[in-house]
Amino acid sequence: MLRTLWVWIGIPLIMIGIASAIVIYSVNNPPDTIVARMLTYERIFRVIREHMGLLLVSMIGATIVGVAGGIMLSRPSLYRIGRVMETLVNIGQTVPSLAVLALFYTILGLGFRVAVFALFLYSILPILRNTFAGIDGVEHSIIEAARGMGMRPLRVLTKIELPIAFPIIVAGLRTAIVINVGAATLATFIGGGGLGDLIVTGLSVHRDMIIVNGAVIAAITAILLDYLIGKAEERVVRWS
Amino acid sequence: MDQLLGMAFDVFRAAGNGIESIAQAGDRGIIAHTIDYISRRSDLILELMLEHLWLVVLTLIIAVTISVTVGIIISYYESFAQTVLGICQVLMVIPSMAMLAFMVPLFGIGFTTGVVALVLYSLLPVVRNTYTGIRELDPAIVEAAKGMGMTERRILFKIKIPLARPVIMAGVRTAAVMMIGIAAIAAYVGAGGLGELIFSGISRGHQPMIIAGAIGVSIIAIAFDYLFYYGEKRFSVEGSTREGN
Amino acid sequence: MIKLEGLTKVFKGHNIPAVKDLNLEVNEGDVCVLVGPSGCGKTTTMKMINRLYEPTGGKIYIRDEDVLQMDPIKLRLDIGYVIQEIGLFPHMTIYENIATVPNEKQWPKDQVKEKVDNVMSLVGLDPDVFKNRYPSALSGGQRQRVGVARAMVSDPSIMLMDEPFGAVDPITRARLQNEFLRIQERMDKTIVFVTHDIDEAIKMSDTIAVMKEGQLVQHATPSDLLSAPADEFVSNLVGRNRSIKRLHLIRISEILEDVDRAPAIKDDTKEEEVKKRLDESDLRTVIVVDRDNKLKGVVGVNDLKRKTGEVAGDYYQEVSDTVTDDATLNDALSVMLEIGEGYVAVVNEDEKYQGTITLGDLLNVVREES
Ligand SMILES: Nc1ncnc2c1ncn2[C@@H]1O[C@H](COP(=O)(O)OP(=O)(O)O)[C@@H](O)[C@H]1O
Ligand SMILES: [Mg+2]
Repeated sequence: MLRTLWVWIGIPLIMIGIASAIVIYSVNNPPDTIVARMLTYERIFRVIREHMGLLLVSMIGATIVGVAGGIMLSRPSLYRIGRVMETLVNIGQTVPSLAVLALFYTILGLGFRVAVFALFLYSILPILRNTFAGIDGVEHSIIEAARGMGMRPLRVLTKIELPIAFPIIVAGLRTAIVINVGAATLATFIGGGGLGDLIVTGLSVHRDMIIVNGAVIAAITAILLDYLIGKAEERVVRWS
Repeated sequence: MDQLLGMAFDVFRAAGNGIESIAQAGDRGIIAHTIDYISRRSDLILELMLEHLWLVVLTLIIAVTISVTVGIIISYYESFAQTVLGICQVLMVIPSMAMLAFMVPLFGIGFTTGVVALVLYSLLPVVRNTYTGIRELDPAIVEAAKGMGMTERRILFKIKIPLARPVIMAGVRTAAVMMIGIAAIAAYVGAGGLGELIFSGISRGHQPMIIAGAIGVSIIAIAFDYLFYYGEKRFSVEGSTREGN
Repeated sequence: MIKLEGLTKVFKGHNIPAVKDLNLEVNEGDVCVLVGPSGCGKTTTMKMINRLYEPTGGKIYIRDEDVLQMDPIKLRLDIGYVIQEIGLFPHMTIYENIATVPNEKQWPKDQVKEKVDNVMSLVGLDPDVFKNRYPSALSGGQRQRVGVARAMVSDPSIMLMDEPFGAVDPITRARLQNEFLRIQERMDKTIVFVTHDIDEAIKMSDTIAVMKEGQLVQHATPSDLLSAPADEFVSNLVGRNRSIKRLHLIRISEILEDVDRAPAIKDDTKEEEVKKRLDESDLRTVIVVDRDNKLKGVVGVNDLKRKTGEVAGDYYQEVSDTVTDDATLNDALSVMLEIGEGYVAVVNEDEKYQGTITLGDLLNVVREES
């Protein structure tokens, strides 16, 4: 019990605490007027809000589309397309995130929405692939046993295939989140805002304190999310 | 939740508008301009490409040397291994912009910053694969080698590393592809390479330049991925025929 | 009970049918064993019966009802199915695995629980120990028990069992077979049982259907199959050409001490003890001797049911023939075929009981020798 509390609340709080301490110290002790002007609570909250907006909208969308798409492609009628998709996704994932954002900028222009859309599409890839691969990996004999005992196809999907594929789907989510948080800090280059804003501002005015604030918050967000989903992952596979 | 839905809706509408606008601008559009740009500035693009490759290859060599060594060391010290792998995992999870940003106060703007950040990034895939590649060898093989009187040193170089090589190479492949993408971002902190085209293209609103940069980086990444893929295949085929004879 | 008429299956992209014009009838309460080499179409036949595969041609009737006109889901819920690869659900506990069909049928919770506990005990798995385990924590033999329990939990009158004891070592397999036969004695289900092992076929079956390249070669009782194989293929399968001659060469006394099972009972044995001994016996019969160890006869399960007195001596059946311990194994086989039983009692010159030889023993010998 104490351990659970520590794992799920203690460690995350410590991480958030470290980030907060750095932010509070920096805002209250600006070395010069430029930092004082550019590093305010208001600004920091704004970029955090934007950052979370980028993450949440794109991840929720990507999860829904990726999981639904993976399920559909794993059905026998679309299975061949699914295999082609796997190859395409592998190539797609090789394309660097900056290139993806840049290309979307040339197509759709600047802005938060463009960034979200690019992140959304980019994050679909691992989720889609893992959902498909997870369901595809369920042993045929297990499905045959379920059907042979009289389970309807929908029941086989929800009771057998999805639960068995679940750990792999979660692993895909974890990959997507890590990629997504990384790419979200690049959104600033195409006017998408977020924590990248702070870093870029800091770099352009040569103020390390601003840079470090942006980097610390972005890094801790990423580490925290990865940590939490990793812990969740450990819990879902109690049967293997 | 409403807000989220609203946002999502906006995003899709914007995407729709955007696609419409390409369709309209498509007549004598951006593709022709890009081809035009690439042919005019092929010397610059080639130079940046070489710079990009140089950054990646140099860091890859440094990173692989460090990572394989670390991987081998932790394969002997189990208690140590999980901590090291945990640290590597954290390093890789840090967003690349943040990592580069951390390096700037330490190493200033320039090539070195890029190299250091890239090395830190590529630790995890290679260290982890070296470690698991060695740990997951059939213990009977190592036992047999010991039984025949091989020294630990020889077992490492003659048995463990050759057998773990495919797994290690898979890690190097992951690291290399990742590095190409991050090297593009490192252009922002002065490390050079094709990323420069993307960044200056964005700041000038010069679309052909952005496209040339983005596509160039993607091609290098895909090419590396395939190179390693075929390399792995070739190596393993070679290995098996040698065993066969 | 189950009738297959001209059943044929051609898989897409194959020109040779996997099952061709198969006619087979299985009577109620019988165990029909499909036997034949790997790839001869046993699994395919079975999967057509519960419509996992749709037949290309032919008819299937269960209780004179056309299976191909039935709702496949309903059909499958009422047929117990043990798949060749066991196919336990790795993410469900043993309890949840076994409760699959009752849950699909939406039985009330407490009834499910009671049934699962019952059936687990029946197949020899202590519910308290195994209920909450996951399949990965079970041995091969335990998994196969779960597979069987899962198929019979809702008391289907028909079971399809595809090499249900295939994935375990010979000793465990023999134990599972015996337990299964004991269960079947009580349940009296109609069973189609697939195996590629002729020993198992002989042991488990009321009738044996020998298949070859998708076709039925012979359908007969085990003893008929042994005494009159329809063709070369069947006789090879039962091993005559290579090995039966060897039976002439071996004397019963040579193998008797290796095969001796639970010894005979005295004619003054009480019902309790007789029942216990019957349960322990592979043969489901037990030999009765007198005080001087002279053979008197045999008691089977039915004899016990219709018993006419208190002790075994009151209701045993006389045996029609015996062999002496200096006879050959071939003699023993002949006697078995003559009296139509899968075993024969062995006596010495003084009519003293020495032990019992079964068809399975003979086959084991033949196998070891060849
Ligand atoms: N789903 C399938 N698709 C195509 N061919 C199959 C399929 N299942 C079985 N077969 C083929 O049908 C033949 C009979 O197979 P099967 O019934 O599984 O044999 P058995 O159970 O007797 O070993 C084999 O040649 C096998 O390759
Ligand atoms: Mg089979």
